[in-house]
Amino acid sequence: MDGSSELKKTPLHALNVSLGGRMVPFAGYEMPVQYTAGVMKEHLHTRAAAGLFDVSHMGQVTVRARSGDNADAARALETLVPVDVVGLGEGRQRYALFTNDEGGILDDLMIANRGDHFYVVVNAACKDQDFAHMQAKIGDVCELTLHDDRALVALQGPHAESVLAELWADISSMRFMDVRACDLHDADCIVSRSGYTGEDGFEISIPAALAETVCRRLLDHPDVLPIGLGARDSLRLEAGLCLYGNDIDTGTTPVEGALEWAIQKVRRKGGDRAGGFPGADIILDQLENGAERRRVGLKAEGRAPIRGGAVLATDSEGEDIVGTVTSGGFGPNVDGPVAMGYVTKASIAPGTQLYAGVRGKFLPVTVAAMPFVKNTFKR
Amino acid sequence: MLKFTEEHEWLKIEGGVATVGITVHAAEQLGDLVFVELPEVGATFEKGGDAATVESVKAASDVYCPLDGEIVEVNEAITADPSLVNSDPQGAGWFFKLKLANVSDADGLMDEAAYKELVG
Repeated sequence: MDGSSELKKTPLHALNVSLGGRMVPFAGYEMPVQYTAGVMKEHLHTRAAAGLFDVSHMGQVTVRARSGDNADAARALETLVPVDVVGLGEGRQRYALFTNDEGGILDDLMIANRGDHFYVVVNAACKDQDFAHMQAKIGDVCELTLHDDRALVALQGPHAESVLAELWADISSMRFMDVRACDLHDADCIVSRSGYTGEDGFEISIPAALAETVCRRLLDHPDVLPIGLGARDSLRLEAGLCLYGNDIDTGTTPVEGALEWAIQKVRRKGGDRAGGFPGADIILDQLENGAERRRVGLKAEGRAPIRGGAVLATDSEGEDIVGTVTSGGFGPNVDGPVAMGYVTKASIAPGTQLYAGVRGKFLPVTVAAMPFVKNTFKR
Repeated sequence: MLKFTEEHEWLKIEGGVATVGITVHAAEQLGDLVFVELPEVGATFEKGGDAATVESVKAASDVYCPLDGEIVEVNEAITADPSLVNSDPQGAGWFFKLKLANVSDADGLMDEAAYKELVG
């Protein structure tokens, strides 16, 4: 993309630049792909101590029932996602998927019950279309607001709790996927104990005008380094988490994407609120009978990273193609190549030997369980 | 004689053989390398051919052959430890030695002053 003047800037843009961020176009924003430490050190530091990520490009949306009854908003959201929203307790958050009528995935998102409304975080590249989708489908029942007036940062890693506790002691009582309002340095923040690195950590929504102050305070801590999109990608890949647009999209269903865990029993066949979301027929059938292909983890035997787009074959000549890599790279903590991709159902068992096409050669890879690193969520 | 290409390679030319590597600037831009694939000794390339591949955590990049020639030696030390390219790109992190088809081709490449001007 050319013409950086057309790119949007997050409320933390000036801070990112002052920290030595190497700014690149991403989802219509000018974002730091790395800071001065570089991708490798940023990745390892996050798993060893704590990393701070600017994810303000993501969309923060509040969903408020026009009736004033939050249960109406929950029921409305359930028409868009195959997830239990009605049963989501106040102060709790859950991973969800917007599906389409073909059972494909429009976006993946987080939904939090904030008591008198729901708070939704969607991907940057999808946020305008997600907002339009919600507006069209549930806008009559819910008042929807896209909060470009708030920054969003993630503080991730084993020291995230102790760092944040210095600003706000109550943080330690939060469990994985809890969401609370709190004052950080006199800023009216929303904190969730979640993230996308496989580490314990927090996502913090901050009023734009105070975002830099709060972040500087966090970065003052000797355990905290700023982390760019490069390490964000390698961290989520090691954690086995999907990147929307690469690993899941409108052409993949939640079952193909190995995301069945996101669909609670109450929305499945036989559940009290079974179906009732776009593509339910296809998705519920696949939940019972499986899909023809599935997302799996892949580990390479050699040192060469297997990148997205590489084809997967059952033979070293590459004649019997059974799938494609959707994300791949080098896992700094695994200390080797890690990848994920889709393969036909005969090849999904962990341990299955496959071959990935890389620069004209077919390199041995093995289907492997994900995550590639143990997650450290505080359940 | 030290020469540079617009693709950020350096060539140290002695007796018709060029030792080739990537510049400090290129190494900084690529970031920490995790994998290097070198050509085979005996392989011949035209100028601009894909002679080697380097991979960082994030992405793969090609290293082009800077002039026509034949590979006569490769630096296996960087395949064993790709971080050598980051720590000493214009020394121990060299990639391969290229026997030049025409030594005079090197006249068309940049000298150090011109390269420094290019990368600012």
